[in-house]
Amino acid sequence: MLFGIHWDTSSDLAFAASILPILLRGMVITIEATVLGFFIALVLGLVLAVLKAAPTRIVSWPALVVTEFVRDTPLLVQLFFLYYVLPEYGIVLPAFLTGALALGVQYSAYTSEVYRAGLEAVNRGQHEAARALNLTTTRTFTHIVLPQAVPRVIPALGNYLVSIMKDVPVLSVVTVLEMLNVAKIIGDRTFNYMIPLSMVGGLYLILTILASAGVRYLDLKLPKIGIPLK
Amino acid sequence: MEWTSYLPPLLQGAWVTVQLTVYSTILGAVLAFAFGIGKLSNNWLIKGVSIGYIEIFRGTSLLVQLFWLYFALPIAGQAIGIDLRLPPVVAGVLALGLNIGAYGAEVVRGAIQAVPKDQYEAGRALNFTPRQAMWRIALPQAVPEMMPTFGNLAVQNLKDTALVSLISLGDLAFRAENIRNFTQDSTTVYTLVLFMYFGMALVLTAFMKIAERSVGRWKTAGR
Repeated sequence: MLFGIHWDTSSDLAFAASILPILLRGMVITIEATVLGFFIALVLGLVLAVLKAAPTRIVSWPALVVTEFVRDTPLLVQLFFLYYVLPEYGIVLPAFLTGALALGVQYSAYTSEVYRAGLEAVNRGQHEAARALNLTTTRTFTHIVLPQAVPRVIPALGNYLVSIMKDVPVLSVVTVLEMLNVAKIIGDRTFNYMIPLSMVGGLYLILTILASAGVRYLDLKLPKIGIPLK
Repeated sequence: MEWTSYLPPLLQGAWVTVQLTVYSTILGAVLAFAFGIGKLSNNWLIKGVSIGYIEIFRGTSLLVQLFWLYFALPIAGQAIGIDLRLPPVVAGVLALGLNIGAYGAEVVRGAIQAVPKDQYEAGRALNFTPRQAMWRIALPQAVPEMMPTFGNLAVQNLKDTALVSLISLGDLAFRAENIRNFTQDSTTVYTLVLFMYFGMALVLTAFMKIAERSVGRWKTAGR
């Protein structure tokens, strides 16, 4: 029994059918962790990208080093670090939040690079034309650069959303009851790992195929040249 | 306890991590070329198997694959009467290699497809067989294009080896957790381990850069 739902071990099929609702409960946690982790990655990544673009090296270098460090160390170790070290400094977060934070921190290194590439991909001539038309720096950024950068950035960010989803099972090590952890618990109690683990694989496949299709749809729908502003 | 006393066990763990990275990256590279070229095959069976492999291993979580190989496969083996119990090292290398191989296969496919069509036409005009055109014309030009992404994937793979600690393999992450459980000195242990992973990633990146440069001469002058 898990989440108050009993399983039926009379046959393989009955077992699979009876644990599906339990796995779906785990899937909800997986999706929640994905969305929260992605949100943190978007915001932190933007901060890092802005810092890296700073004109003074005193600001941009540390940001560059942090990005490189975060990108080159495993999520699992970062997660353990946050989980065990934050409480020593009086920051006690629930396992779920620590996990989402770890996902967000790890992927902020990647999203910051996406932002940077997106902004750099906007043609220099666009900046020069804006200046020739006497637009202020702020107006150039919000009305000229951003609308052209966003369509380039969104598909890449979408791919990282899918990657985050596939990294959520790592959170199981700090007792987050996401899909894989739920399947493992069912396996531990029934000595049947085959069915729950295979079902998690199948459910993951469905999730990632749907998410990738969503990203591709967005990519097709977004105007290639830029988002028109009123 | 002094932090230097953590180093010997951590270095032992780091050595396991290095071995895992090397073996699984080699396995991944072989699989990447096999299935990347397979996906471009005209034979529907080879093509189908390649697409299936790539989609399954890219579409599911590495940890799910690792647990499946380690916990579920023996049960599947039991059902058909074969002993499929894998030692943790084999399950780890297999899962890591299969996973990174699927990502690599897409890179290989993309790089081969990026070779201009006229290169094949020139090959055909010079009476090369399709096999020769692939091995002697397309691949030498495609490999330099793959190298930067392969470098990223190798680092990705190094980071992913930390997950094998969850099937009780004594790698760096596993040793770190052992020491932490014993000493409760989380900050020191995990800071040390993070820096050790960072160091290994920097060395790996440097190696991949050297490899990238050494195949760079295969690039055609015109591109």
